[in-house]
Amino acid sequence: MSKRLPPRAGEWLKRDKPISFYFEGQKYQAYEGDTISSALWAAGEQVLGRSFKYHRPRGVLSLANHDVNVMLADGTDTNMRGDVLPVQDGMQLTVVNTDGGVKKDKKRFIDAISSLLPVGFYYKAFHTPRSLFPFWENIIRKSAGLGVVNFNYPRELKRKLHTHCDLLIIGAGPTGLTAALMAAPHGVNILVVDENAQAGGSLSYDNGGSDEAAKRLAELLSELGKYPNVTIRTGAYAAGYYTDHLIPIVETTGITKVRAKAVIVASGAFEQPPVFRNNDLPGVMLATAAQRLLARYAAKPCENAVVFAANKQGYRAAMDLLDAGVSVKAIVDLRADGEPCSLVAAVKSRGVNIYNGSCVYEVLPAANKFGVKGVVICSYDEASAKPLLHDRFTLECDGVIMSAGWAPAAALLYQAGTGMRYEKSAEQFVPAKLPVGMFAAGKVNGIFDLAQRLQDGARAASEALTYLGKQVPSVTVDREYIGSPSHPYPMVEHPEGKNFVDFDEDISIKDFVHAAQEGFDNIELMKRFTTVGMGPSQGKHSNMNAIRILARIRQLPVERIGTTTARPFFHPTPIGHLAGRGLHPHRLTSLHGWHEAHGAEFTDVGVWKRPAWYRRAGLEKQQAIYEEALAVRKAAGMIDVGTLGRLEVRGPDAAEFLERFYTGTFKSQKIGRTRYALLLDEAGVMVDDGIACRIAEDYFYITASTTNAAAVYREMQRWLQIWQLDVGLVNVTGAYGGINLAGPAARGILSKLTVRPLDDASLPFGAVCDTEIAGVPTRLIRVGFVSDLAFEMHVPAGSAQHVWNALLEHGAAEGLRPFGTDTQRLLRLEMGNHLIGQDTDGLTQPFEAGSEGAIQFDKPFFIGQRSLQIIARKPLNKRLVPFTLSQGYQGETINECNLVIGADGNIKGRITSIAFSPSAGCHIGFAYVDPANTDEGAAFNIRTDSGSLVMARVAATPFVQLQSEA
Amino acid sequence: MKLLTCPVNGTRPLSEFVFGGELRAMPDPAAVSDSAWAAYVYNRIGAPGLKKEWWYHSPSGTWFVAERNTLTDQVARTYLYGQEAQA
Repeated sequence: MSKRLPPRAGEWLKRDKPISFYFEGQKYQAYEGDTISSALWAAGEQVLGRSFKYHRPRGVLSLANHDVNVMLADGTDTNMRGDVLPVQDGMQLTVVNTDGGVKKDKKRFIDAISSLLPVGFYYKAFHTPRSLFPFWENIIRKSAGLGVVNFNYPRELKRKLHTHCDLLIIGAGPTGLTAALMAAPHGVNILVVDENAQAGGSLSYDNGGSDEAAKRLAELLSELGKYPNVTIRTGAYAAGYYTDHLIPIVETTGITKVRAKAVIVASGAFEQPPVFRNNDLPGVMLATAAQRLLARYAAKPCENAVVFAANKQGYRAAMDLLDAGVSVKAIVDLRADGEPCSLVAAVKSRGVNIYNGSCVYEVLPAANKFGVKGVVICSYDEASAKPLLHDRFTLECDGVIMSAGWAPAAALLYQAGTGMRYEKSAEQFVPAKLPVGMFAAGKVNGIFDLAQRLQDGARAASEALTYLGKQVPSVTVDREYIGSPSHPYPMVEHPEGKNFVDFDEDISIKDFVHAAQEGFDNIELMKRFTTVGMGPSQGKHSNMNAIRILARIRQLPVERIGTTTARPFFHPTPIGHLAGRGLHPHRLTSLHGWHEAHGAEFTDVGVWKRPAWYRRAGLEKQQAIYEEALAVRKAAGMIDVGTLGRLEVRGPDAAEFLERFYTGTFKSQKIGRTRYALLLDEAGVMVDDGIACRIAEDYFYITASTTNAAAVYREMQRWLQIWQLDVGLVNVTGAYGGINLAGPAARGILSKLTVRPLDDASLPFGAVCDTEIAGVPTRLIRVGFVSDLAFEMHVPAGSAQHVWNALLEHGAAEGLRPFGTDTQRLLRLEMGNHLIGQDTDGLTQPFEAGSEGAIQFDKPFFIGQRSLQIIARKPLNKRLVPFTLSQGYQGETINECNLVIGADGNIKGRITSIAFSPSAGCHIGFAYVDPANTDEGAAFNIRTDSGSLVMARVAATPFVQLQSEA
Repeated sequence: MKLLTCPVNGTRPLSEFVFGGELRAMPDPAAVSDSAWAAYVYNRIGAPGLKKEWWYHSPSGTWFVAERNTLTDQVARTYLYGQEAQA
């Protein structure tokens, strides 16, 4: 039977745009502007979903995003919220969490055995015997949860926008709109957001039998339309609060991160259900839900209503019901004194009976619990919160409209760190101490009367403008209540229960009593034991009642119970909104394209992408790496080292600066020579190393490791500021490309491309010169990291490809091959060079790593010097040594971090590097060992992953024969 | 995300900055005792309160000092090293 009303002023429906959709296989008609729930309700459908635990039929509760039992799937998406989601033409919807459809859900039997399933039962019931737990777990997991995740969900990229405003107003109700209107003439940029499809908040549905709200809304919107500095975004919810007023606004199209200078939270309040038996049946709904149905969607909540009220809202809803032609059988008012406002007379004059000091004791279900057949009404003692059954009677009706109070929509205020207090006259938590730049107004501030809310919006606007530095008069608001908007304890006990507090998780009064009896009588513990507020609506309609119940159990005032924490997000936000294209910047060398085209497998090194090795037909990874390494030993190889940090240190104090910054000496360094540069921190721990090239008296060119370059440069800048030396620093890392050419054929290949003599006399190990290679100005350095015959060429980044190609062309005949970082690591190990960060950790000092030679104690100061002086006087605990395994070792793989075990069975150190070297013909590595056991040939044991011991011997480096000795 | 005001580049999001630890005066290495030096290197006062901290604006390479209340996370002021008096 259709409940659709004729067109009404202000409705959100577009009657000229009829649409049709399918629900549980049946076709329904609707209009554009309907939500899924409103369309179904208007079509006479009452059973819209099944509850989470007991599989009870559920209908409309709030139409404000709390109807989490109306969750739907459309074949692609799941857990779509019927009460707020606009219905679309052609939708094919099914209800989640049913077994056999919403009407014939086979799991409905659980409702009948609910007394066997109290809260927390599964914590206890299924733990012993343990062997059966997997069996129970399987059943529990299948019955828990709602919709089924679609693993073929289409990948939708949602845009992320950033915007700034002077004043962000959350909530486009009367309070928020008034605040915007008051602030608009002061030249501030204002953004108003509201989660509803249209602006207006309560003005769009809470008529209370008059057209004042609709008129006021039209006025506000028309006035605001005159201000180009005011933007109103609807269908947009403020999802969370982050430091310094960063607020993500979520729309279906994506997230906008709003940075506001000031924020007014006018987010209103959630209506809270009174608690009584069968308060969840389809047909029982909140007063504001009924008003939303009527005003926005032109649908009758029912034909014959009983209103269960404990505040003024029930009477306003009754007026709206009457105006829509719904017969109001009675208003049952929980309060002994009844409603003090003038609406009482208006309602009475329309022939409605009012029962003060009474309660709806229970709702009588229609067949299959698909609806309401009637209510049992009786007297109610407010002091003891007990129904008095002596005068009970039954009233037939097909709907119950309930209204007992509110909870502030204060999630963002909590997240921002607002201190809340309990305002007794409103029976509500209200902000007591707001963070700087945040303001709260309207219902969230405990102000309910419409005129007062408008004032409060103006007051918040005035305070926000003052905060923004505008000269505006202050506004005061009278916090006056004619009857409290919330009832302090709207609960009706019933021996058979099913008086629901949390509709998400089917939690009723007795569950709280049980939880308290079990000792979970703190709000945070009770929440976790009962799971109240942990369902999809996150306690928006249940936490306040839970607090009231716990307060009564513990006989404490509500403010002593406190509230639980609210965290982002305010509403469930699709992962697709949050995920997507992250900003993970990485750097590519100027040779990257060549590497890609030639089979490079890339690896991340700091922010850089570097070739780890190059794929070759018919070769496994390890084999390819060995071949690259053998090429360097037997012919020549080259590696892209454009990622190395390159830092210029210039100025009269350049050498002095380096002497303080690094451990070595640089004042005596000759122009055209390089020196090893070791950086420590103040504790004497090894941080980085590189080489310092002296290009001129006042000009050093420093390399730093790829991963540490930024940090080294940063520390240089800091110490330079502290020391105030006459030095300029430039990070030229990105300006240069780098190529390291190594191996016995390297000199021959390079000599084809330059006139510069390259023999040991002209360019000895450790020399640096500026020359030309293949016509490109090049800084040429004789280095020895991967081979003792190696040339490092630093060329302008744009010319690196030209030089690389020229080398390949002239080296091909000699067997030149490119190699990657995996090969580089093997090569440096073969040379016996340790790697900071690989062979050292965050505590390694130079004595342990055998780097004493790099330390020049005989100078006034260097970073870490004082600490090393102390460390030098203490016994050494471990020392890094090169080692080999026995020739032809075929045993269990030894891994980095395997431990070195002493003769006494104690841990002496660990393996830091290990690899099989094809050139050395055995496994080689670095390990920390007992400092008393470091002589060449000394044996020590390594414990493998499986626990067995493998013997290794301290070796001499390099592990391979040097070219100079060949 | 938090905002921080670089004395050179103005107010920027925190992601542009690198924290550099508390600003502390180094004792004279030549005069200080071993234990006092170790205390300088290893010990920090963890009690919340107004602290002077090193911060680095990464894109521009600017080190500066921020006076931050570590209890409330409010930054009282920022200035370049050695320019506290002018701040």
